Amino acid sequence: MQIFEYNGSAVVAMVGKNCFAIASDRRLGVQLQTIATDFQRISKIHDRVFIGLSGLATDVQTLYQRLVFRHKLYQLREERDMKPDTFASLVSAILYEKRFGPYLCQPVIAGLGEDDKPFICTMDSIGAKELAKDFVVSGTASESLYGACEAMYKPDMEAEELFETISQALLSSVDRDCLSGWGGHVYVVTPTEIKERILKGRMD
Amino acid sequence: MGDSQYSFSLTTFSPSGKLVQIEHALTAVGSGQTSLGIKASNGVVIATEKKLPSILVDEASVQKIQHLTPNIGVVYSGMGPDFRVLVRKSRKQAEQYNRLYKEPIPVTQLVRETATVMQEFTQSGGVRPFGVSLLVAGYDDKGPQLYQVDPSGSYFSWKASAMGKNVSNAKTFLEKRYTEDMELDDAIHTAILTLKEGFEGEISSKNIEIGKIGADKVFRVLTPAEIDDYLAEVE
Repeated sequence: MQIFEYNGSAVVAMVGKNCFAIASDRRLGVQLQTIATDFQRISKIHDRVFIGLSGLATDVQTLYQRLVFRHKLYQLREERDMKPDTFASLVSAILYEKRFGPYLCQPVIAGLGEDDKPFICTMDSIGAKELAKDFVVSGTASESLYGACEAMYKPDMEAEELFETISQALLSSVDRDCLSGWGGHVYVVTPTEIKERILKGRMD
Repeated sequence: MGDSQYSFSLTTFSPSGKLVQIEHALTAVGSGQTSLGIKASNGVVIATEKKLPSILVDEASVQKIQHLTPNIGVVYSGMGPDFRVLVRKSRKQAEQYNRLYKEPIPVTQLVRETATVMQEFTQSGGVRPFGVSLLVAGYDDKGPQLYQVDPSGSYFSWKASAMGKNVSNAKTFLEKRYTEDMELDDAIHTAILTLKEGFEGEISSKNIEIGKIGADKVFRVLTPAEIDDYLAEVE
């Protein structure tokens, strides 16, 4: 039994023109049994930074709580929100603290930086950051996601087209993975608004 | 801090509600060499007297103005060795912040952490407060900033300030001379004139030290040659 495949997950983020999209599946399973179809994998840190966590669900929730804690203290002390690249460095440091007993999650971080420039990155469970200009993927469906994104992605998409692309990539990839799926949860973030949408896919 | 026999604090309240040790620390600061700082519209300048105990001392080896980060500098009045310890601690804190967030530490955060260290030494067992007041000059995303940190751990943001022996004369002079839209070079001239006010003997590039930071966000200590140029302009 692989521990990273215990709960099943799929997370993907894509860069558009002055916007980004981050999407995840909604299944929470215990190996082959599905126990929830509304599991929250993507969380807002602040209006311009989102984090999606794939992997072991308990670590997803705990890590999210720790990160929100750190960000809230940062906001109080520095009287400003964290930039996405700063947040990514913080996540990387927190993960490496547990180098020899890690959190079994792979985060996907997406945000709007200075001048509304979109920022995405992913990292492994011990904090090795991987920046990308186009898309990042994570979870049990990651191999399918890589293929689907590579085929469907094009640079400088506007928010609506980006939503369509990321949704199609997510749904087609989780259909090839028995451990993820049961719908999709997509956030499309522009400098002016955050659009949250639920996708209905194959419920199996 | 301190070994087990000194786990009680040496800095205790007097019946009038004062911490006498801190008052004495401020006296130590007040008898130290004058230092001052001026915040201009496009930068900050800090300066200090550099009176050496004898002409035999190699003045080039004495550096009273130090970097805390590439864009934050600091000067002091009071006890030099205490200053060295604080500079070391502050540099470490700045670098820890940088390592965690991969971002240079904002001036306010570094000042707050340094002030916290100084406060800890007023409330721990077996230690005494630091006998220095610091003037921290930095330039970050919020623009030019000048902070004073006292032995008690309190800190203030200043447009212009002075510390040490000649503090009241210097502050009066600064109050008259300071303008909101001063530029960095004017501020350096004003700093030199303020130092000159209470200077015993002839002012020269060998017995003052000046540090500045401009919009380029790089803190620099001026070379003696540059100080000579500014001194000539002031004459």
